Amino acid sequence: MRNGTEPIILGAATLLAVLGAAFAQDELFRAHAWVLVAVLAATTIVLMRRVEFAPAGQTLPPKDTSGYMDDVIRFGAVATLFWGIVGFLVGVVIAAQLAWPWLNIEPWFNFGRLRPLHTSAVIFAFGGNALLCTSFYVVQRTCRARLFGGNLAWFVFWGYQLFIVMAATGYLLGVTQSKEYAEPEWYVDLWLTVVWVAYLIVYLGTIVRRKEPHIYVANWFYLSFIITVAMLHLVNNAAVPVSFLGVKSYSAFSGVQDALTQWWYGHNAVGFFLTAGFLGMMYYFVPKQANRPVYSYRLSIIHFWALIFLYIWAGPHHLHYTALPDWAQTLGMVFSIMLWMPSWGGMINGLMTLQGAWDKLRTDPVLRMMVMSLAFYGMSTFEGPMMSIKSVNSLSHYTDWTIGHVHSGALGWNGMVTFGALYYLVPKLWNRERLYSLQLVNWHLWLATLGIVIYAAVMWVAGITQGLMWREYDDQGFLVNSFVETVSAIHPEYVMRTVGGLLYLGGAFVMAYNIWRTIRGDVRQEKAMGGAAAVPAAAPAQ
Amino acid sequence: MSEKEIDQTSGIETTGHEWDGIKELNNPLPRWWLWTFYATIVFSIGYMVWYPSIPLWNASTEGLSGETTRSLLQEELAAVRSARAETVEKLAATDLESIRADAELSRFATAGGASIFKVYCTQCHGSGAAGSPGYPNLNDDDWLWGGDLESIYLSIKHGIRNGVDDDARDSLMPSFGADELLDKEEINAVTEFVLQISDQEHDAALAGTGREIFADNCSSCHGADGKGDREFGAPNLADAIALYGTSRADLKAQLHQPKHGVMPPWGDKLGETGVKQLAIYVHGLGGGEKAKAE
Repeated sequence: MRNGTEPIILGAATLLAVLGAAFAQDELFRAHAWVLVAVLAATTIVLMRRVEFAPAGQTLPPKDTSGYMDDVIRFGAVATLFWGIVGFLVGVVIAAQLAWPWLNIEPWFNFGRLRPLHTSAVIFAFGGNALLCTSFYVVQRTCRARLFGGNLAWFVFWGYQLFIVMAATGYLLGVTQSKEYAEPEWYVDLWLTVVWVAYLIVYLGTIVRRKEPHIYVANWFYLSFIITVAMLHLVNNAAVPVSFLGVKSYSAFSGVQDALTQWWYGHNAVGFFLTAGFLGMMYYFVPKQANRPVYSYRLSIIHFWALIFLYIWAGPHHLHYTALPDWAQTLGMVFSIMLWMPSWGGMINGLMTLQGAWDKLRTDPVLRMMVMSLAFYGMSTFEGPMMSIKSVNSLSHYTDWTIGHVHSGALGWNGMVTFGALYYLVPKLWNRERLYSLQLVNWHLWLATLGIVIYAAVMWVAGITQGLMWREYDDQGFLVNSFVETVSAIHPEYVMRTVGGLLYLGGAFVMAYNIWRTIRGDVRQEKAMGGAAAVPAAAPAQ
Repeated sequence: MSEKEIDQTSGIETTGHEWDGIKELNNPLPRWWLWTFYATIVFSIGYMVWYPSIPLWNASTEGLSGETTRSLLQEELAAVRSARAETVEKLAATDLESIRADAELSRFATAGGASIFKVYCTQCHGSGAAGSPGYPNLNDDDWLWGGDLESIYLSIKHGIRNGVDDDARDSLMPSFGADELLDKEEINAVTEFVLQISDQEHDAALAGTGREIFADNCSSCHGADGKGDREFGAPNLADAIALYGTSRADLKAQLHQPKHGVMPPWGDKLGETGVKQLAIYVHGLGGGEKAKAE
C-alpha cells in the first residue's frame, strides 16, 4: 500500500477539528472550525483516492526520486497565479469601496475586513507562493540536489495553502488580532509556525546536500528571508489566548512597546519577505533570462550583508512623531537612509547583468518585464528612505502617499519580477518549447506598467493633497480644513486609482490566459518582436 | 566548478563559480555606489550627534541640538498661544453681543469657531453646517432652542438631552402610539392636520378632526397654531422642515414613538472661550437672530 498514511492523519485531524467546533468557546471559533472541517474532509477524500495497492504477492515499484522534485513547483506556479488574481481582484474591490462607499456590504464584505484580505492575499498568498515555488526551483538547480525531506515539501505547500484559507476566512468572519500584516489569530499563527519550520528544514537540508562547492547568492537571500520571517512571526505574534477553543488572544506587548514590535515586524516583512526573498528570485531568473553572468560578485556580498544588517533596525520610521521615544525615531530614520545604497546594490547587480545583452530587450518581453521590475524596485527603495526622513514623513505620514509608495514597490517590483519568473518557469516546468505568446506578455507588461504609473501618480497627488490640507492653518493659527473635506478633495484620485488597479488586474488575466494555453501545449503563430527575425541574435558568450 | 575565465562580452574576469550555468563577473563595487553609501553613513552619524539617538540607562543622549519632537511641538503651540493670548483674554472678558459688535474680536471668534466646528461638529452637522438626516441645519433660521447668541451659546455649552449635564436642554414628547395615548384613527387625523398646516397634500375632513385632537394633546408644546415653542425645543410644524422627515409616514412614525435629538455638552471640552467662539461662528452662518429684549 502506498500513500496510506496521509489520509489517516488527515482523517484524524478532521475529527479533531469537529471536536474543536463542538466544544468551541465562541461562535467565531465554531464557524472557523467548521471551515477547517470542510477543508480537511475534502482533502482527506482526495488523498484517499490516491491510495495505491500492490497486486497480491507483489510490491509496488519504488518511485523515481533521482531527479529534481518539480511537481510541487508546478502546483506552486498555478497557486501563485491563482492567489495573485484573487489578491488583485480584492484590491480593485476595496479601491472601489473607498471611492464609492455604498459598495461596502455588511458585515463580511466591508472595507475593514476586505482590506486585510487584500494585503494578505497579495503579500502572503501571491508573494508567498511565488517565493515557495521559485525557491524550491532555484535551490535544486543551484545546489544540484533534489529537495530534502521527501514529501515534506508537499506538506509545506499544502500546509501553507491551509494557512492562507484559514487566515482569509478568518478575516471575513471578523477574526483578527488587529496587527497590520499579522492579523491572523493565535491558532493560525501556530499553524504557520509549524509550516515555516518545515520549510526551513526542506530548504536548509537541500543546501546541506548540495553538490556545488559554494552557495549561490540567490540562496543567501532566500535563506535570510526564511529565517528572519520565522523570527519576526514568532516575536510579533507572542500572545496569550483567552481559551484554547476560542479566537481571542492578548498580545504579550502593550502600549508603545506593542507599536514598536509591530512595526519592527511590519517593516521587516517588507524587508525580508518582499525585498530579500524577491532579490533571491531576481538573482536567479535575471541572469538566466538574459543568459549573462551576474555583474559583480563583490557587490552581491556587500549589499547582501549591508541589507540584512541595516533593514532590521529601520522599523521605527513608521512611528515618527508618536509616543515612541525620540532616540528610537532617530535610529529608525538613519538606518533607513543608510539602507538606500544596500537596496540599490540589488538593482545595480540586476540591471548591469544585462551588460552586453541590452539588445535582448527589443525581442524578449519577459526580460523587459524583469528590467521594469528592477526599475520600480530602484524607485521605491529610493522613495522609502526619503519618506523616512522626519520632515518628509511629517507631510507623508498617514496619507495615501504611503499607499502609493507601497504599491509602486509591490505591483512594480514584486509583481513584475514574479510575472517574469513565472513566464520563465512555466515552459520549463511543463516541458514546452516556449510560451504560447510573447505578444501577450508584452500586452501584460504594458497594461501592468500603465496601471502602476496611474496608481502611483494619483496617490502622490492624493497623498500630498491630504498632507497639505491636514496641516493648513490660517494666519491666526486656526485649522482650515475639516477631515471630511480632505476626503472629498481626493475623490477623483480614488476613482483613478481604481482604474489603475483594473488595468493591472487586466494584465494578470492576460497572463493567466497565456499560461493556461502554454500549459496546454499551444503555440501561437505570431510575428517575432522587435524585428528579431531580421537581426540574428548575437551568439552568447559561452 | 569551472575555472576563472575572461567574459568575452565585457572583458571582465569571472570568479570561477558556476551554478546551473550562472557565472559571476569579478567587477569591483561601483565607486559612486560606495561613496554614496559612505555619505549616508556620515550623514547618519552627524544626525545622531545632533539629535537624541543612543539609549542609556534612564534616558538617552540628548543630542547637540537639544531638540526633540515633543519640544518642537511645545514650542509651536506656545508660539501660537502667546500670539493669541491678548485676543483670547479680551474674548473671555467680553460678553457675546459686544464680541459681535467688535470687528477684530468678531473676526477672530468666527475663525476660531469655524476651526472648532470642523473638528468637533462636522461629524453630525456636516462640514458646511447644513445638517444631515436627524441633525439640524445651522444655516437657516429654523431654530429648535433659539437662534440668538445667548441661546446658541447655552445649547453648545450644556448640550441637549445628554443625561450628563444637569443644565442640558431637555424635553420629551410622549409616545402617543406606542403608549396608546391616541389610537390609530386619532394619529391618522393629527397627521393630516400637520400636513394641512404645513401646506402639504392632505385629507381635509380628517384634518378637521385632527385639529381638535391636536388642540387637546399637542398644542401645550407646539402651540395652538403648531408653530412650536423654543422653550421646550418643540419644532415648528407649519414650516415643513423636520429632523425626521415631513412625509405622512415620517409624521406617523414620530407620533407613534418619537425620536429625540441628542448633543453632548461642550463647555468642559472646549472651555468658555471655545464655546463663545463657536456660538459667534454658528450665529454668523446666516440664521442668527437678535437678542431677545429683556
